[in-house]
Amino acid sequence: MTDTALPQPESSNFQNEGLSETGTERVSYLRAGHSLSSWLLTTDHKRIAILYLIAVTFFFFIGGTAAALIRLDLLTPQGDLLTNEGYNRAFTIHGVIMVWFFLIPSIPNTFGNFLIPLMIGAKDLAFPKLNLASWYIFMAGGLFTLFVLIAGGVDTGWTFYTPLSSMFAHGSVVLAAVAVFIAGFSSILTGLNFIVTIHKLRCPGMTWRRLPLFVWSIYATSIILVLATPVLAITLVLIAAERLFGLGIFDPALGGDPLLYQHLFWFYSHPAVYIMVLPALGVASELVAAAARKPIFGYQFVAGSSIAIAIIGFLVWGHHMFVAGQSMYASAVFSFLSLAVAVPSGIKVYNWTATLYKGHISLDPPFLFAMSFIGLFTVGGLTGLILAMLAIDVHVHDTYFVVAHFHYIMVGGTVSAFFGALNYWWPKMIGRTYSLVWGRLSAILIFLGFNLTFFPQFLLGYLGMPRRYHVYPPEFQLLHVFSTVGAGLLGVAYVMPFAYLYYSMRYGTPAGFNPWGATGLEWTVPSPPPKHNFETIPVVDSLPYQYDVELEEDHG
Amino acid sequence: MKLSHPLLLVWVALMLLLVSTVVASQNLTGPFSLAVNLTIAFAKAALIYWFYMHLRQESGLARLAALAAGGWLAILFLFLSLDYVTR
Amino acid sequence: MAETPLAARPPYSEPRQQHDAAMMGMYLFLGSEIMLFGGIFAVAAVIRILHPADIVESSRALHYLIGALNTGVLLTSSFFVASAVEATKGGRRRAGATWLAAAAVAGLVFLVVKGYEYGAEYREGLLPLPGADTQFRTAPQHLFMNLYVLATGLHAIHLLIGIVLLSVLAPCLAFGKVRLPDRGILIIAAALYWHLVDVIWVFIYPVFYLAR
Repeated sequence: MTDTALPQPESSNFQNEGLSETGTERVSYLRAGHSLSSWLLTTDHKRIAILYLIAVTFFFFIGGTAAALIRLDLLTPQGDLLTNEGYNRAFTIHGVIMVWFFLIPSIPNTFGNFLIPLMIGAKDLAFPKLNLASWYIFMAGGLFTLFVLIAGGVDTGWTFYTPLSSMFAHGSVVLAAVAVFIAGFSSILTGLNFIVTIHKLRCPGMTWRRLPLFVWSIYATSIILVLATPVLAITLVLIAAERLFGLGIFDPALGGDPLLYQHLFWFYSHPAVYIMVLPALGVASELVAAAARKPIFGYQFVAGSSIAIAIIGFLVWGHHMFVAGQSMYASAVFSFLSLAVAVPSGIKVYNWTATLYKGHISLDPPFLFAMSFIGLFTVGGLTGLILAMLAIDVHVHDTYFVVAHFHYIMVGGTVSAFFGALNYWWPKMIGRTYSLVWGRLSAILIFLGFNLTFFPQFLLGYLGMPRRYHVYPPEFQLLHVFSTVGAGLLGVAYVMPFAYLYYSMRYGTPAGFNPWGATGLEWTVPSPPPKHNFETIPVVDSLPYQYDVELEEDHG
Repeated sequence: MKLSHPLLLVWVALMLLLVSTVVASQNLTGPFSLAVNLTIAFAKAALIYWFYMHLRQESGLARLAALAAGGWLAILFLFLSLDYVTR
Repeated sequence: MAETPLAARPPYSEPRQQHDAAMMGMYLFLGSEIMLFGGIFAVAAVIRILHPADIVESSRALHYLIGALNTGVLLTSSFFVASAVEATKGGRRRAGATWLAAAAVAGLVFLVVKGYEYGAEYREGLLPLPGADTQFRTAPQHLFMNLYVLATGLHAIHLLIGIVLLSVLAPCLAFGKVRLPDRGILIIAAALYWHLVDVIWVFIYPVFYLAR
C-alpha cells in the first residue's frame, strides 16, 4: 500500500454501524443515483460492469452447486447420490452455466467493461446503450437457462453432440439451445463494442505500443467473440431444427453427417476456449508487472502473442475430433497447428517469468493469484500438448485426463485470474481496501484446493477412467475421494473472497487513488472513479509499465 | 429527381453479371460451373461492398473490419473441405 | 434546408470520430451476419461434396428463372437504397425518403415472388414443410431442399427486418425526425444492413438454384 495521503471519511458522515462516506465516494459513479432504475437503466460502463459482476457471480455459484453434486456423487463407485439421468443433467448444467454464463462473460464483461475506457482514457465505451442492451440479452439467456434447470435440465453435455441431442436425448435440448443462442448475441455485441472502443476512443498519445496488455488481450478476445459466436448461433439453430423437424443435416441415414456438427460446434467452441483464457492472460500480464514492479519483459511479444493466439486458435478445432472419424490427414494438420498454438502461450509464460526475474516481488493477494495462475496455466498448457499429439490422444481421449487438463486452464487459469483481477481492482471499483491476510489465505487455499481436486484426475484419466461416467471400478475410488475432498476445500475457499470483499464495502478503509502503486491510467483517477472517469481527457506520453525498478539485490 | 450516375452504372454492371451467371449455369456443368458462378457472385458482392456500402470512401481499417469475416469464413471452408475431401 | 451543425455526443469528442466508430461497428456486426450465414453455406458445401449428383438434380428442379427475377429485384432495391443514402448526404430529405420507400416496396415484391415460388414448389411436392406432401427420389435431395427452406427462410426473415427498418426510417426522414447531417448515420447503417441482406442472396442464388 502506498503511504500517500489517503482521503479520509468525513466525520459528519460517521453514522452508527461504522457506515461512512468519503468526499471522493460522494461524487463517484457509485453514488450517481440511488434508485434501482439508476442502476438498471444506466449506460455507465462502470455500473454495467457491476451488474455483470453480480450476474456472473450468481451463475458461478449455481454452476458450482452442480459441480458439488457431481463430486459428491463420485465419492462412491456405485454413484449413490444421483440417478444415471440425474448425473448427466448435473454435469450438463454445470458445463453450460460455467462456460456460457460464467467463464465467457466473466473477465471481459466485468473487468473489460470497467477498465477498458479507464485504461485508454475514454469517457465510456463506443456504444453505451448497446452495452446495456447486451447485459439485458445476457440476463434473458441466463433466465432461460434457469428455466431449463427448473424444467428438469438437459442430459447431452454442454457440447450438444448429435445424434444424442437431435434424436435420443430427453429433456429441454431446444430450450437450452435457445438460452445459449441468446447469450451468444450478448457476446457478439460486447465484442463489437470493445473493438470499436479500442480503435476509436483511445486518448491522445495512447498508441498501440502504449496500450496496457489487458487491453490487447481483450481486443484479441473480442475478435473471436464477433467472428466465432455467430457460427455457434447457426449451429444451435440447426440442432433445434434437426430435433424439431428432422432436417437430416447431421443424420447419415438422411444423407447428412454427424461429424459436420462437431466441425461447426468446435469452430466456435475451440476459439471459445481462448475467449475464456485470453482475458485471463491479460490480467496476468497486468498483475505480474505490478507484482514485480518492473516493465513487462518483451511487451511487443506479449501483446502480439495475444493476437497470434486469437488467430491460430481458429485453426486447431479438429483436435477435438481425432477419434471421431475425421480424415487422418486433417487430423495430422490439426495436430501440428495445435502444437503451434503453444508457441505464443509459451512466449507469455517465459516473458512473465523474465519480468519477475530479480523483481522486488510483492505477495499481496492479487499477486498470489497471479503466481498460481502462471503455475496452473503452465500445467494445463503442457498437458494440452500431450492431448494435441495424435497417438497419445487416442489413449486419453474422453478420459479424466482431458477433464483435468481443461479444468487446469479454465478453473486454475481463468478463475484464478478472475479472483486476481477482483482483488487487484476491487479498491478501484469500490474505493475501499480489504483484509490482505484473508486475501492471501484465500489465494493459497484456492491453489491447494484446486490441485487436490484436479491433480488426481490426471492420474484417473491416465489409468483409464472415462469422463461422464458416475459408476466406476472400485480401484478408482481413492483418487475420487481425494478429488471430492479437494472440491470441498475449493468450495469453501471460493466463498471467502466474496465474504471479505463484501465486508470491505462497509468497513474497509478508503483506498486512495493507487493502493498498489501501479502504473496505468485507471490508477490516476479517484477510487471509486467519478461518473465521467476523467475531469479532462488525459494525454499519454510514455510507454506502459514505467515502474521505478527496485531489484532484489538492492535490498540485500 | 436526379439519378446518381455512378450508382446507376454499378446497377447496370450488377444486372449484366446476373444475366451472365444464368447463362453460364445453363451451359457449364460440374466444378467449372460452380467456380464461374461463385466468381460472378464474388464480383457482385465486391461491387456492392465497394460502391454501395461505401468501402470506396472508408479507411483501410474500416475495410479490414468489413472484410475480416470473409477471411475467417475461408478458414472454415478450407479445413472443412480438407477433412471431407481426404476422408 | 436549415440543418443543425455537426455535434459529437459523449463519449466522442468530434463528429468524424463518431461517424467512423458507427461505420466500424456496423461493418463488424455485418461480419457477424456473414459468419451466421456462413454456417449454412458450409453445410451446403459439405452436402455437395458428399452427394454431388443428387444436389445437381435437386437444384435443376428449382425455378431458376424466378430466382433470377428475385435477384434482379434485390439488386435493384440495393440501387434504390444507395441512392437514398446519396440523397440523404446531400440533405435532400424528400428524395431520400422516396428512394427508401421504393426499396422497401422492392423488398415486398421480393417476398411476394418468393411466396409464389414456395407455392409452386409446394404443389410440385418439392417443399419439405412440416405436414406437406413431398416426393423426393433420394434422401440427399430431401436434405438439400430442407437446407434450401432453411437458408431462404432465414434470408426472408432478415429481409423482413430490413423492410420494417426502411418503412420506419422513410417517414422519419421525410418529416424531419432524423436530424441531418449528424443522425444521417442511421440511414447509412440501415442501408448497409440492406445491402448485406442483398449480398447474402447473391450467394444463395448460385449455391442453391444454379448447381449444375
